[in-house]
Amino acid sequence: MKPAAFCYHAPRSLPEALAILEQHPEARPLAGGQSLMPQLNARQVTAPHLLDLNRLDGLDGIEEAEGCLRIGAMVRQAALLRSPLLRRHLPVLVEAAVLVGHVATRNRGTLGGSLCQLDPWAELPLVATLLDAELELAAPSGTRRLAFRDFAQGPGRNALRPGELLTHARFPIPAAGTRQAFVEIADRPNDPAEAAAAVSLRLGAAGEVTSAALAVCGPFPMARRLPEGEAMLLGWRPGADPRPLVSGMPLPDAADDDRAAMVRVALRRALERAMA
Amino acid sequence: MSEERFPISVTVNGEPHRLDVPARLSLADLLREGLRLTGTHLGCEHGACGACTVLVDGASARACLMLAVQADGRSITTVEGLERAGRLHPLQQALSERHGLQCGFCTPGVLMTLVELLDASPSPDEAEIRMALAGHHCRCTGYQGMVDAALSLSGGG
Repeated sequence: MKPAAFCYHAPRSLPEALAILEQHPEARPLAGGQSLMPQLNARQVTAPHLLDLNRLDGLDGIEEAEGCLRIGAMVRQAALLRSPLLRRHLPVLVEAAVLVGHVATRNRGTLGGSLCQLDPWAELPLVATLLDAELELAAPSGTRRLAFRDFAQGPGRNALRPGELLTHARFPIPAAGTRQAFVEIADRPNDPAEAAAAVSLRLGAAGEVTSAALAVCGPFPMARRLPEGEAMLLGWRPGADPRPLVSGMPLPDAADDDRAAMVRVALRRALERAMA
Repeated sequence: MSEERFPISVTVNGEPHRLDVPARLSLADLLREGLRLTGTHLGCEHGACGACTVLVDGASARACLMLAVQADGRSITTVEGLERAGRLHPLQQALSERHGLQCGFCTPGVLMTLVELLDASPSPDEAEIRMALAGHHCRCTGYQGMVDAALSLSGGG
């Protein structure tokens, strides 16, 4: 046996899970286990209590609510790919999910696990950053909503308070005519991204960009929006060469210059794909 | 002090088992040490190499990243469950004929992934096959033979 011994809890309902967490605030929630189990196996992480969420009812649905797609935290990454609702309303999330891990890890790995884990190269937090997703965090006292940008605090660091569980994420359904794209650069398909970019562009009547969201990840501690780049894109027209725009966009401080260059390539390709 | 054990009912290759397992026992260790099904191989034990891939209710999963207790109520298929009445599964036969294995260490996991792929889409093209195999490390670098084997069965061919 690889992990150190732990007390195992497998609640069937959210109230039961929250009660266990209230009693054992140090318990580690176990979602799909594709990040936490390796850490437990290597004893990089030891958890006196493990709260297995895989038997919980009610966190594995995808529904339309208030102009959003409301996705349960335990929805498997493989289920994101198969969802007709996602394919229709949020294909950019499907494009991103295809690039998460491999078939076998997507069969187990979850949306909520990835959003809480916050690996710097991770695809799903990049889309949550791009679209200003909102999270539902449940506690015994009730549920609060938190913008993803306030939730994501750094690699592996999120704003969950002791006793809280992420239950759902809300991704806004883009207005008709919005163009979105996701591009990543990796050594081999489905390796962790060296650099990735996601774009969402809203076009006016004359085809010009009237609002833009740009998000990138790779050589940064976590996914970032590019507010200056978004402003530079206003009025941009499809068919125009994105290169001068992209090369002039200020980027956050990057851990390495080569990968910062890759971020610009990913951005250019994403703009070209969105406008194609 | 003895560790707490949890009762589970799990079907492995069609055979039902009732077992008591410690919570921290991995599904891979249950298969290999508890049930002596040593066809499922353990390479990296952190989900990267793919050698321990098995099917859980028909969907591939890393057996090193699943707890045995999480298999309660599930149906597991390992490489030992592929042959029928003493005959190799068509994919096993194809891998053998197309030189899709050398040392054989990664082969059990590769087989489970390709079985899942061909069940889901009976006519995968080379790109789809390579994408599925991207989750497996073959240190003999025998990927071409695996691709040939899967392609030979694509489209029922």
